[in-house]
Amino acid sequence: MRPPSTDVDDTRTMTLEAFADTIVPGEKRSPDDRAIAGATTGGGAVQAGALELLGWDATGLTEGLDGFATALTGHATAYALEHGLDLDPAVPPFVSLAFEHRTALVRRLTTPGHPEKELWVSLALFCNMAFDSAAHMSTADAIAQGHPGLLAMGIEKPDADGRWRFPNFSYGRPLARLHPDTTPTGSPS
Amino acid sequence: MTSTERTDVLVVGSGFGGAIAAYHLAAGGARVVILERGPWLTGQDFDHDFKLGSSYTRAFDFTVGDGMSILGGNCVGGGSVVYFAAMPRAPRFVFERHGGIGRRMWPASVSRDTLDPWYDRVAESIPITQQNWDDVTYAGGLWAAACDHAGRTANPVPAAIDRSKCVNCNWMMAGCHFDAKQSLLLNYLPAAVAHGAEIRPLHEVQQISRTDDGGYRVHYDVMDDEDYRLRGESGTIDAKIVVIAAGAGATPVILQRSEATLGAMPHAVGRYFSGNGERLNTAIINEDKVREVLGLERENGLAYAANQIGKGPVVASWDRLDGSLPEFERFSLEQLYFPPGLGTILAEVPGATGPSWFGVDKKEILKRWQSWLIIFQMIEDNNEGVFGPPPAKGNADRLSQQMLGVGRLKYDPTPQTLRAWALADAEVKDILERDGLAEVAAWTNDVVGAYTVHPLSSCRIGDDPATSALDDRNELRGHPGIFVTDGSAVPGALTVNPAMTISALAERAIPGIVAAARERGVDVTYGAPAPDGSTSGRRGVAPLIPSLSRR
Repeated sequence: MRPPSTDVDDTRTMTLEAFADTIVPGEKRSPDDRAIAGATTGGGAVQAGALELLGWDATGLTEGLDGFATALTGHATAYALEHGLDLDPAVPPFVSLAFEHRTALVRRLTTPGHPEKELWVSLALFCNMAFDSAAHMSTADAIAQGHPGLLAMGIEKPDADGRWRFPNFSYGRPLARLHPDTTPTGSPS
Repeated sequence: MTSTERTDVLVVGSGFGGAIAAYHLAAGGARVVILERGPWLTGQDFDHDFKLGSSYTRAFDFTVGDGMSILGGNCVGGGSVVYFAAMPRAPRFVFERHGGIGRRMWPASVSRDTLDPWYDRVAESIPITQQNWDDVTYAGGLWAAACDHAGRTANPVPAAIDRSKCVNCNWMMAGCHFDAKQSLLLNYLPAAVAHGAEIRPLHEVQQISRTDDGGYRVHYDVMDDEDYRLRGESGTIDAKIVVIAAGAGATPVILQRSEATLGAMPHAVGRYFSGNGERLNTAIINEDKVREVLGLERENGLAYAANQIGKGPVVASWDRLDGSLPEFERFSLEQLYFPPGLGTILAEVPGATGPSWFGVDKKEILKRWQSWLIIFQMIEDNNEGVFGPPPAKGNADRLSQQMLGVGRLKYDPTPQTLRAWALADAEVKDILERDGLAEVAAWTNDVVGAYTVHPLSSCRIGDDPATSALDDRNELRGHPGIFVTDGSAVPGALTVNPAMTISALAERAIPGIVAAARERGVDVTYGAPAPDGSTSGRRGVAPLIPSLSRR
């Protein structure tokens, strides 16, 4: 088992990892992984580099990460109280929540009308971006290194110069009747 | 910088509205300066890279509002660099729309008939290809075949793409490395520069004030070329004529901020914003059904699995662009590619109950990304958007180094707009879920509001001073010598991609701008040919010039 988490950075990291894992879930890195809930197979946002991306000042979120983690701790504690859940003191409160409860809490925080919605949406957006586009690293490098998000999505490999070209791209035959009110230059009339 | 420069014409923004004005005025003999807040990137600069800080994030802007978010260009060439090059003309009925104001929202002088010669001028200036079925990508072909299977028609979309150069890489939204996309970097802008226009990138206009001689003073900040949160020196330029074309998400903000120095703005500045009625649906395609039901197959035995391949939208369904239908029931459905980065987060899981834009099931559909087919709806919305008080600088509070900011737009869709979206959603489902071809879900509006790539109408032209910021020649009411020529001048949603109409209206505004410049002592004439020297378009609009040159 991972030792009790008393270190501030570790608490922050685990809490943000658990949030990222709620957005794009992955499989546990080891049997005692607590931040990643293990809701799916294959890498999720955490393995895709969510923490690396959030830690890059280009996102504009880096300075606020302590605040995000602290706020998530508060929300998780209140959520647990509200639902009569026991929290494991060995891990941060949000990490202690079961995946279904993490999901329910993130839904609540990102629902229209929640006063903090914009903040949590921005955090979620970058967590998703780590998975779907590896925005913290060059795309060609990410693919070459087997980035779990780009790999899962089946992104094709670029040519040797790092650019994509698709010489085959068309079924090459008429596939529908044209609208009768089309002008000779191809616009709606 | 403390000294103030002078020019005849100051153009704010270098997208369709700004570049067209800059070209004609420079070619006519005026001194023209263009201030563009984004960087000046060209083909070689356009990366195939999603990394923050690559051209992908330097060249466009994502501004989150309350109920509506705007994706737009932020570079020399503006929207033309990041758009998908679809260039259809707006259908005839669009110009007769009333929207929510109880009267025709377009000026009496503008109809499809009176705009067609101006469309022709644009078509002569920006090479537009009438694509054929050999140009249609797998995604467009699939959409066409599904429409046909459902008894609908489908059309290849006219596009400003040089087919001989296109490699179907689908990186258009990050700028075209191969110069296949005919952005303004390849026509109007170099022609403007050749006639002496000066483009200054990374100059963000903040506000406008008056000069003692009846002209205007434009105040700008110089932006850092990598981190747009950082600003350098400020400066001013005096001009006799100001053309504002900063985009429908920024033009009204500049004018709102200028109220303190220019005086009251027309009521419609920053109101009646339209997202062009846009909404995206994701279809998760059943590959086996595509083969069995539609008979489609491509290389290596695949049926589709080609989401990554292509060149933006190539096929649209126009069956509902029927002028006999009531307003708010007419729309087009266009196949579209939207790249990762900002192109998956809002997709929801078909059939899900409750929010599904994140989580386990969302990850499962991400794994089927190559089998996604994205359908872009353009309905008739009701111009519901209103801009709140402007931020201290720029058009949004910038969050990220590039790309992401929080703006002041509030968009609360009326029942007509919501019903129109629902009708379009139902039509997409009817076509694509038929015989198990796909499962379809609309992108959520609950995360960043509705999502538009074609902001319009925030300073629109019209005949009614109460509901239009500009007269029918694009001059700002109460502020002679200030013209607006970008998408903000378009009165309402167009049911098709708007670049062609924005450009045609900008072309149409030029005679009036030239006349106003001449009244202010600028030695400028109207009548430049197309950027490549062609003149047939000029002959076509000649009969229309006198009426546009008079106040």
